[in-house]
Amino acid sequence: MGTKATIAVLSGKGGTGKTLVSVNLAAVAANATYIDCDTEEPNGHIFIKPTIVGEYVVTEPKPVVNQDLCDGCRTCVDACAFNALALIGKNLLIFDEICHSCGLCTYICPKGALREEQRPLGIVKRGRKNGITFLSGEMKIGESSAVPIIKALMREQSTDLVIIDSPPGSGCLVTETVGNADFCLLVAEPTIFGAHNLAMAHELVTLMGKPSAVLLNKTQEGENPSEIYAKEHGLKIIGSLPYDEHLALLSSDGHLAVEEDEHYHTYFKELLEAITKEARHASDSDPQR
Amino acid sequence: MIIAVPAEEKSLDSAICVSFGRAPVYCLYDTEKETSTFLDNKAAEAPGGAGIQAAQFLADQKIDSLITFRLGENASNVLSAANISMLKAPNLSIADTIANFLEGKLSSLNEVHPGFHHGH
Ligand code: SF4
Ligand code: SF4
Repeated sequence: MGTKATIAVLSGKGGTGKTLVSVNLAAVAANATYIDCDTEEPNGHIFIKPTIVGEYVVTEPKPVVNQDLCDGCRTCVDACAFNALALIGKNLLIFDEICHSCGLCTYICPKGALREEQRPLGIVKRGRKNGITFLSGEMKIGESSAVPIIKALMREQSTDLVIIDSPPGSGCLVTETVGNADFCLLVAEPTIFGAHNLAMAHELVTLMGKPSAVLLNKTQEGENPSEIYAKEHGLKIIGSLPYDEHLALLSSDGHLAVEEDEHYHTYFKELLEAITKEARHASDSDPQR
Repeated sequence: MIIAVPAEEKSLDSAICVSFGRAPVYCLYDTEKETSTFLDNKAAEAPGGAGIQAAQFLADQKIDSLITFRLGENASNVLSAANISMLKAPNLSIADTIANFLEGKLSSLNEVHPGFHHGH
């Protein structure tokens, strides 16, 4: 195929088949990179079962004070845009979980009383499995922001075709992955809640000017609120993945459907072709590229 | 001594504000002078770290005690560093709360809630 494209797969809250779709798309491609950006609960490895070939710790700088040098001038406290510092008497209190590691306080302290210390935030892993390059980021328990981990993942070298398994929700972690994508595949369940999540994801990608389409997941007989949403909002429906107990079983056992079932091999191959065609079409018609 | 109570409005009849860091105003009562003043909380609109900023502000006012319903871990750390005692608010107006305080009826605040994740 040889298409150069970065596809972000997203949905609202977790559990809508985002990982299932991502891993199967990556597996069916001849040579692709799968990036698991769900840093709180990465589970792509369960399906891909990669051999880990490398890993490193992602750190974030936090200010540390030398109380002997600090004269309590308060410059840092007043300058911190995030209220991560407080000064009681001559005691500087630093709140790491509030701090955004912007570096300003260390930079402006007139006494040179602050310095930065690297704190571990999480781990980035790189692996291989057949034709798949596997990347995942896992956040250390108790850390509050995974943004630096996602950024580190996005900097990793990858193949021409990249499938990003986005974090759940529509917060700024998702913004980070969507920002790197050429095309967004929204996965939606056939419920009112699913349609609500779809709307949030669709609004985000539209706001960011990214081309997108929806894959209707677990479709059954009857009304599908997500389908109604897509039709009402001019969102292209790229396919439907009907509810299938066999597929659900394969997934809950950690199998790649494309490897176990000929039908799904064909299905995801065709879906991938449709997506890359859309992505190519979008980048062709984008005058900025 | 000076005691502070987060308030909904600048009035002694006001209810205590349920939020500490995002209360619109604080009532400061000076037990010696028997005077009360109301100060705007600049931290109320802060995108994050409101509790820390509010606690810093009250520490700067040299208060001795804070009466509140709820308090975050971070704000509580700032207040303890400044030796400010934290008392549990009753479900009363500001005036009645101060009266209760003067009669020694208020108990100390034992639970703080964990700091919120910052706005990512
Ligand atoms: S700017 Fe430096 S000297 Fe001033 S209070 Fe902060 S750490 Fe202390
Ligand atoms: S690094 Fe930035 S966010 Fe962190 S304490 Fe310093 S000024 Fe505040």
